[in-house]
Amino acid sequence: MPVVQIRERAVHVDDEGFLSRPEEWDEDLARALAEQIGITLTERHWEVLRFLRADYADRGQTPTTRRVDVVGGVPVKEQFALFPRKPGRKMAYVAGLPKPHGCV
Amino acid sequence: MKHLLILGGGTAGTMVANRVLHRLRVERDFWRVTVVDRDDRHLYQPGLLTVPFGAATPEQLVRSRRRYLEPGVELVLGEVEGVDTARGRVHLEDGRVLPYDYLVVASGTSPRPDQTPGMAGDQWRRRVHEFYTPDGAVALHRRLERWLGGRIVVHVTEMPIKCPVAPLEFTFLLDDALRRRGLRAGTELTYVTPLDGAFTRPVARDRLGGMLEARGVQVRTDFLVDRVDDRRLVSVDDREVPFDLLVTVPVNLGADFVARSGLGDELQDVPVDPGTLMSRAHPGVFAVGDATDVPTSKAGSVAHFEADVFADNLVSYDRGRPMTRLYDGHANCFVESGRGRALLLDFGYDAEPLPGRYPLPVIGPLSLLAETRANHWAKAATQRLYWNVLLHGRPVPIPSRAPRREPAATGAAV
Ligand SMILES: Cc1cc2nc3c(=O)[nH]c(=O)nc-3n(C[C@H](O)[C@H](O)[C@H](O)COP(=O)(O)OP(=O)(O)OC[C@H]3O[C@@H](n4cnc5c(N)ncnc54)[C@H](O)[C@@H]3O)c2cc1C
Repeated sequence: MPVVQIRERAVHVDDEGFLSRPEEWDEDLARALAEQIGITLTERHWEVLRFLRADYADRGQTPTTRRVDVVGGVPVKEQFALFPRKPGRKMAYVAGLPKPHGCV
Repeated sequence: MKHLLILGGGTAGTMVANRVLHRLRVERDFWRVTVVDRDDRHLYQPGLLTVPFGAATPEQLVRSRRRYLEPGVELVLGEVEGVDTARGRVHLEDGRVLPYDYLVVASGTSPRPDQTPGMAGDQWRRRVHEFYTPDGAVALHRRLERWLGGRIVVHVTEMPIKCPVAPLEFTFLLDDALRRRGLRAGTELTYVTPLDGAFTRPVARDRLGGMLEARGVQVRTDFLVDRVDDRRLVSVDDREVPFDLLVTVPVNLGADFVARSGLGDELQDVPVDPGTLMSRAHPGVFAVGDATDVPTSKAGSVAHFEADVFADNLVSYDRGRPMTRLYDGHANCFVESGRGRALLLDFGYDAEPLPGRYPLPVIGPLSLLAETRANHWAKAATQRLYWNVLLHGRPVPIPSRAPRREPAATGAAV
């Protein structure tokens, strides 16, 4: 499992750069991760991230864009505006969760 | 006498019913085992892939469900209306009520073109086709017979879908068929997917993506469709893909009664523990096959490996013992790649599909992730294996555990 330095902190990531230990995540890290993919977090981003964290804690799986829409209340179209091109992967990346698995 | 009620008599429901019956016989315990399905027509769904190319007709893929249920399993024909988990009862549309001690939801998942604006509109079965249903596969066959050239788009609406490799196989077979008819040069083929590549798992994605490229198929990734607009697919972020013929795999949803009964998630799949397959919310209620939310492929092979562990777990649960035979997400899928060849993918929750050899008694080892004739013949043989061996739930000498392999190392983040 590779370890990388993000803002002087050592975190465990998988081979595609997703955090592999969600407990190493905090809000500072989220800002750094978002910056790496060119996103500045707004309050609406935080609402999405908080939903992802809570849902993951509850179910042990990274929610899909459909779930963020239906259960989290953020329409898919808006997810694309907030996390352009690849919302499913980008949301998981910034929220420090494993790459969405629901799409096997 | 305990009553086990299984909703759905397709691949998973049939295997589980037969397996449980064998297991209880060994225990000298006798339960009522009932399967409910809307009709007595068991469809071999993988065969639908060959229908658009005229290699089979739906009638050749259908057999009586009853014939494949062991004597002692009762088959009730009727449409399930809902489950009353509080009282332990199932309601059928015609008013019948079936009580149960243990329930297995095995009602699968089905294509729902009505979920995407414009998809099931006036171009449905004219310019817009699918091959996941018998009627759809036949209509597509007719359309392809009249094909002279233009733009064909093969499209996956949203994951997960059952048999996630089927649209890729369809593309390979279509490329092959068009070449043989001299129509390939006049046909622009495009593969459109919501994923970031041809498949989900990294090594298989790169391998399968390369195979599309080698066949001159254009690939559009990260495309989440918003609507079908006349002769264009339009994505949520306003990209467009024009077509003359669209072959789509619509959103796959679990049965409506699952949602009505409060048993489902946002895809009408039943959330279950990935090891024991028991509902997280309702003890004594299980789900198997395509009807679950477990993070592996929705495939017949999965139903088979699940049935392997399910019967033992059910008996343990009934006896008040811990369920110890945990399902590990094992799946294997043959991928027809055209020209009489196929690939084999083998993976699990934590095991990536990688190249190598797959042990198969009698037929011999098969090559993983490589296009070979042996894989094609093995796939062609699975229909007979399905009817004659797999559905009976007899043990088959193939490994039921997912392979133990090091995870693949690849680059590129989001
Ligand atoms: C084109 C295609 C190609 C495929 N190729 C492969 C392959 O190569 N390899 C592979 O492993 N898998 C393949 N699959 C997937 C495989 O067919 C499914 O994963 C498998 O059938 C799942 O079994 P199941 O029992 O969960 O669902 P199903 O077999 O679909 O059974 C569900 C049953 O529930 C019944 N039902 C649903 N709702 C109700 C209701 N309300 N009342 C009464 N009855 C109801 C249905 O009638 C049906 O019989 C393919 C599928 C398709 C469509």
